[in-house]
Amino acid sequence: MTDRALVVVRPGALTTVQDLGRPGYAHLGVPRSGALDPGAAALVNRLAGNPPDAAVLETTVNGCSLRARSAVTVAVGGAPCPVTVAGRPAPWGAPVVVPAGELLEVGAAVAGVRGYVAVRGGIAVEPVLGSRATDLLSGLGPAPLTEGTVLPLGRPTGPPARVEGAPQPGPPAELVLRVTPGPRADWFTARAVRDLATRAYRVSAASNRIGLRTEGPALERARDAELPSEGMVLGAVQVPPDGRPVVFLADHPTTGGYPVIAVVRASDLPAAAQAAPGTPVRFAPVGRW
Amino acid sequence: MRALPAGEDALLIEVDSAEEVRSLHAALLRRRAAGTLAVREIVPAARTVLLDGLSDPGRWMSELTSPTEAPPPERTRPPVELPVRYDGPDLAAVAAHWKVSEREVARIHAGTEFTVAFCGFAPGFGYLTGLPARYDVPRRATPRTAVPAGAVALAGPYTGVYPRTSPGGWQLIGTTDALLWDHTRDPAALLSPGTRVRFVPTEDR
Repeated sequence: MTDRALVVVRPGALTTVQDLGRPGYAHLGVPRSGALDPGAAALVNRLAGNPPDAAVLETTVNGCSLRARSAVTVAVGGAPCPVTVAGRPAPWGAPVVVPAGELLEVGAAVAGVRGYVAVRGGIAVEPVLGSRATDLLSGLGPAPLTEGTVLPLGRPTGPPARVEGAPQPGPPAELVLRVTPGPRADWFTARAVRDLATRAYRVSAASNRIGLRTEGPALERARDAELPSEGMVLGAVQVPPDGRPVVFLADHPTTGGYPVIAVVRASDLPAAAQAAPGTPVRFAPVGRW
Repeated sequence: MRALPAGEDALLIEVDSAEEVRSLHAALLRRRAAGTLAVREIVPAARTVLLDGLSDPGRWMSELTSPTEAPPPERTRPPVELPVRYDGPDLAAVAAHWKVSEREVARIHAGTEFTVAFCGFAPGFGYLTGLPARYDVPRRATPRTAVPAGAVALAGPYTGVYPRTSPGGWQLIGTTDALLWDHTRDPAALLSPGTRVRFVPTEDR
């Protein structure tokens, strides 16, 4: 029984292991996966003294609870939430020591959706194709945490950051997604392009790591033909038959057969990962439409 | 050949046939191997090749759509052989579509040399082309909630093998014991774009 490990006491709604993902295998049908809010994951890694590619935990909405088998330094970030160690309040967004045998409680997000927990040394589950990320579309990587899951920890590579707390962007009240034209913008009517740019959408509760689904006006197609499967990029705004745009996130399929009207700028996607269901969404066209 | 925009660092190149996809894909792989094309992903599909993780898509837009070099030399590696039992639950339906006997479906399918046109749907799932267009079949009207791993299936112009149990709407004509995907193996995927494939019938039971 390894000593440097965490034991999952409460897995939360959905907690997965994430890192930078497994880019470079899309031609084999392997999604890129990886943390949905890479900036937040990088920050907690830095706070915990880890390199940027160390594996962290990504929580969804209601956090998780972990028992430390030996004393470990952790850092919690992403969606703001209460943090306790052994029942006592501890700082969020800063390195925190969890003594051996004690419980780290990552509480429910007070805003935003995805929380990140870095542990000094990194989560050391077995990598698959160079990544420890859980990919919910293809099932690669470790399964989502369940009660009793033992998470082995790697060897620390550096000291935790000496900070009291780090500024992190708050979750958006309105999600503004800048979009450039997609490869199939011409499969839609001029009115659909106008609707996308001007009408109000909301984040749907059916959103997940594969895509941010939206509720709002259906986008009208100019062509009814079936699109042969084609490669899909991160941030692609795909329009399924119901007409409601879906923004592809990290676990998106590598190919797809619904037309992509637009592509969201990569720098706007972390905010999409933190937008709770019901958040207003505005697509803002940039570039040459 | 058309270059379509696909975001800040990607380009989707569209051509007219699966053949053209094959030669474009091969040409792009050669360029990458030669160090003249820096790109994270080269993803062929039915009529397109996606270049993702390209530093300056605008610059490539005109260059990549200019006529490509001579077609790639024939592959010298022998085809991957997949043992198959033609025992799928949709064999009769496919035979009816093809207007031949079930036995003849097996003979035609096993007599065809396939090529992996592209991958997608699941890690290790290849879209195999090779059957003449008259053997295209529709997807099932109602997809199955669970198609077993190793199922050999047809849809449209493609043959595919399910690498793991998953929902699916393709017509199941057979079963293979070949391991299509094993992430502990190198390479993990038995089939990748360009791989030639033959199905070799085994004795039933």
